[in-house]
Amino acid sequence: MRAGLASVLIALAASSAAVSARADDRPRSCDVSAYLLTSDSPLPRVASAVKAGGPLNILVVGGRSSTISGAESEAYPAKLQAALREKLPTVPVNVSMELTPRKTAGDIAPSLGKLAEAKKSTLVVWQTGVVDAIRSVDVDDFREALDQGVTALQRAGTDIVLMNMQYSPRTETMVSMASYIDNMRIVAQQHDVPVFDRFTIMNQWNESGEFDLFSPVHGASLAKRVHSCLGRALSTFVIKTARINPAELGTRRR
Amino acid sequence: MPPVTDQVVAARTRAALASVTREAPVILIPTVPRERELRLDLFRGLALWLIFIDHLPPNLLSWLTIRNYGFSDATEIFIFISGYTAALVYGRAMRERGFVIAAARILKRVWQIYVAHIFLFTIFLAEVSYVASSFENPLYTEEMGILDFLKQPDVTIVQALLLKFRPVNMDVLPLYVALMLFFPPVLLVMQRKADLGLALSVGLYALTRWFDLALPAYPNGVWFFNPFAWQLLFVFGAWCALGGAKRMSRILSSSATLWICTAYLLFAFYTTLTWHVPQLNHLMPHIAEQWMYPIDKTNLDLLRFIHFLALAALAVRFLPGNWPGLASPWLRPLILCGQHSLQIFCIGVFLAFAGQFILAEYSGDTTTHFIISVCGILIMSAAAWVFSWYKRVAGKGGSRAKPADSDADLAGGGT
Repeated sequence: MRAGLASVLIALAASSAAVSARADDRPRSCDVSAYLLTSDSPLPRVASAVKAGGPLNILVVGGRSSTISGAESEAYPAKLQAALREKLPTVPVNVSMELTPRKTAGDIAPSLGKLAEAKKSTLVVWQTGVVDAIRSVDVDDFREALDQGVTALQRAGTDIVLMNMQYSPRTETMVSMASYIDNMRIVAQQHDVPVFDRFTIMNQWNESGEFDLFSPVHGASLAKRVHSCLGRALSTFVIKTARINPAELGTRRR
Repeated sequence: MPPVTDQVVAARTRAALASVTREAPVILIPTVPRERELRLDLFRGLALWLIFIDHLPPNLLSWLTIRNYGFSDATEIFIFISGYTAALVYGRAMRERGFVIAAARILKRVWQIYVAHIFLFTIFLAEVSYVASSFENPLYTEEMGILDFLKQPDVTIVQALLLKFRPVNMDVLPLYVALMLFFPPVLLVMQRKADLGLALSVGLYALTRWFDLALPAYPNGVWFFNPFAWQLLFVFGAWCALGGAKRMSRILSSSATLWICTAYLLFAFYTTLTWHVPQLNHLMPHIAEQWMYPIDKTNLDLLRFIHFLALAALAVRFLPGNWPGLASPWLRPLILCGQHSLQIFCIGVFLAFAGQFILAEYSGDTTTHFIISVCGILIMSAAAWVFSWYKRVAGKGGSRAKPADSDADLAGGGT
């Protein structure tokens, strides 16, 4: 019995080692299913800011999964700014970052409204939930905190995009994200706020072989490539959700 | 023999007797050998397979698991059947040998489940420690916060022994420990008045939902499966075993039940579909969403419970106890797994860990994933076959002196 198990494991290891010896340096397409790059919920303030020629001030509030330590300029907020400036050349775009490491949604929610006002944000991208899931905060509390935060932001007069967790296959057995993702979606539906489904997007990349997220490789190169794709995907998400047609903008200006 | 026994034995042996019973039901019943209700084993085995697949990261086979097609999942099947078999086996012990003996046997079972849980926790600890020492990807700095508990092993391990610290996917056994721990008095009540027991259980469930009763967990939050809520399914299983199923048979066979169940299952299927196909989302009425969500697994949402009832009703209807397929060699692995549920459950959790490890260390592609799932199921079946073989051989070796005891433990108490 035990010998059988061992030989099965060895056979598996051998077969999978062969498979994993695939090329890793081909160009990244960052392909994402179209439905993940838009939402039925509106971003009216972004739309009107872009129509008026800007400025478009975006504030990203998030934990350490919203940055790469030592390479902040290559994390997705910076990439989002670059991509938006490229796609909307006539609009001044500023993306700023509020790092909230080791904070749960409940820790952040009370201060969100003031933060958005101080930064005169058009749009706040609120990335949260990882710390809540790790500390297994009661999901009802998590939902209430999200509700409170979104309400405060709406009162402060900004558009909101909620962003969920990363897909992290290594820790999948150790921390359960599902109920937090569901509850974020519920709050989003109740407030008619779009969700940028980072979890599903990264899951698709992992499934399609775009990225090997299991990779135990040290160093920041994988993180940089993933963030680059995330930044681009998020820029598309904002533009499509706000129903902006970049081509139209360009011609009108000219 | 008291009349209750007849009912129970009748329920248990319906499979074997169905053809004979038509001619001479009453005379035969007391003398039949203890035949197992194979459908219980079949569905419990199925639940074990599904739990194993659900514990692996999502892959091709995950689409076969029932949680993708409705509200309830394998856990419901598992807990219900556990309640059913526990009542069957320990109910008999309580009638034949008295309350104290039966309670002692139940507590022995509790101990076995507890030890199995701690064993699995040790494996989990090894896996986590390995990941903590070998894995350092800047992409997942935040997620690695989950390993912080390793910095306080003293607290963590004590909390685990108290069943308060439970890693992901290791919530079923603590729930089962809690349910079994309180089963002796429950069974005592239900032996006298099964309906009273069920009514008390429904009452506790209602109180739980109303007052948010829960058991605290470590470091935060509450037990993932709230025992105060999930006891309803367990006690309902016991109630069915103690004659409830027989009394409901008329309701179960009516065509109105069939249509209501089918309609509800379709509704649940459609709702689940909107989760997987977000394009369908706008076809879901907003009001229905607000009313329905979140569907609470922790407190056994009523939608889940009803979904399980509907599934069970259809299963009983379309899979009669004398269904010839039960003897088919193709279903044999499932039935064998169901007959050794605690062991197979533990092996399943272990294999899920091992599978994760292979996926993480070598390759996470679809083929490997599929192979791992299939191998896992084969290993579980092979292990179950070995357990059965050993039981048969050991049985021949002369342990006939105490058939009732050994039989009861294997037959059932099972998870």
